[in-house]
Amino acid sequence: MTPHPAPDDGPAPGAMAPPPPWALLAELTHACPLHCTYCSNPLELAARSTELTLPEWQDTFRQAADLGVVSAHLSGGEPLLRADLTEIVAAADGAGIHTQLITSGVGLTRERLAALTGAGLRSVQLSVQHADAAAGDRIAGRRRAHTEKERAAALVTDAGLPLGLNVVLHRHNLAALDALIDLAPAWGAGRIELANTQFYGWALLNKAELLPTRAQLAEAEETVRRRRRELDGRVEVIWVVPDHFDGTAKPCMGGWGAVSLTVTPDGTVLPCPAAAALPGLDPPGVRDRPLRWIWERSPAFARYRGTDWMREPCRSCALRERDFGGCRCQAYALTGDAAATDPACRHSPHHTVIRDLVDAPAPPSRALGRPRRPGRPSPSRRVENP
Amino acid sequence: MTTWRPGPAPGVLLRADRVRGVDLLLLPERVVVLEGSAGEVLRLCDGTRDVPQIVRELTARHPDAPIADEVPAFLDRVRKEGWLR
Ligand code: SF4
Ligand code: SF4
Repeated sequence: MTPHPAPDDGPAPGAMAPPPPWALLAELTHACPLHCTYCSNPLELAARSTELTLPEWQDTFRQAADLGVVSAHLSGGEPLLRADLTEIVAAADGAGIHTQLITSGVGLTRERLAALTGAGLRSVQLSVQHADAAAGDRIAGRRRAHTEKERAAALVTDAGLPLGLNVVLHRHNLAALDALIDLAPAWGAGRIELANTQFYGWALLNKAELLPTRAQLAEAEETVRRRRRELDGRVEVIWVVPDHFDGTAKPCMGGWGAVSLTVTPDGTVLPCPAAAALPGLDPPGVRDRPLRWIWERSPAFARYRGTDWMREPCRSCALRERDFGGCRCQAYALTGDAAATDPACRHSPHHTVIRDLVDAPAPPSRALGRPRRPGRPSPSRRVENP
Repeated sequence: MTTWRPGPAPGVLLRADRVRGVDLLLLPERVVVLEGSAGEVLRLCDGTRDVPQIVRELTARHPDAPIADEVPAFLDRVRKEGWLR
């Protein structure tokens, strides 16, 4: 053991290792047939040529299982665009890891699903944009996407796999919440997760168009309460509380480097899928370092772990072990400082940023344009409501 | 109704976690850490045994434990959670 470890070597061996991670989010590719307004994929998408190969994913899952990972979400982009997805599932399952596919459903066939199930796939989560086919296709930026999803849902339930739906909520689909929830029993899903959009990545650029109004949100909460009672025992309705309205920060990912890790298409390992945007994080990759070193010793994972990195008002706050000061990515996106208290918290000196967003007048809903994306020519075509 | 032969519900996996030294139920969106002898009981729920059979096997292993009183109720609870079927 060297007496003076290099600064980037993290805590010396023998220093207390953090508890092992439970879950791994595997972003198998950034390629995606859809173009959602709220997409939180990083702004610089990894090129397909840099994607981890099958042997690299197999090795990553073996290492992850050795480290303590028991559950994996196989996601993207659209994971079905990986031709070797079946082998990837087999590798995770073979390592003893429970696998769930997170998909848009576009491109799923009976044969493909049979192969995946045979390889050990345990469940499927389908992302849904809207209850109404035309509106859903507009948000997803693809015609017929909604019909393809409905078909995919039927394939999944026919195969006997548990199906969950995931809906990202925002100003343009909140009004249809009842109809969205109806999709779960109609499509045979045992679970529907209603998540309010977070503000980083592309979603931040579109925040004014996406953020619901206070009135919309109050109505939505009432709807969720009513539907939970009605669907009790049949469909689990998960409501991911938006942190922008109640003045409280939410713990991001159960705490930085505490519960799960994300492996991006090119093998970069992150404490949270959006963390790539944080400046100076210098996240390690599975091509350069063992996963155990990354989790236990890398500076990137140590950076906001626990509470030592905190400043005021978090440092002396009674809730610091509960919400860990909120989301780092949101703090950076809205204040320019990733170590700041999450502005969603009413104690944050930047809380007015959130309040101004929340109280901004709603833009007229007919003017829903194509999402703005950096580095791409601005779209000339405007999509109007039917 | 035919005899119930408890087995894991679709998507549910019973696993011995060698890293943490505990038994786990792995579900699509949740990990349940099994306490005490729950793992031993659920390991017998592989869809081949009915409840009386599970009780007999456990009683043979632990003659002094209140198996007949507790295990059927436990299995019912786990079924209500949706983890057994
Ligand atoms: S949010 Fe939409 S565009 Fe983004 S990766 Fe998912 S399906 Fe694709
Ligand atoms: S001050 Fe920090 S620790 Fe306290 S509630 Fe706000 S975000 Fe959480």
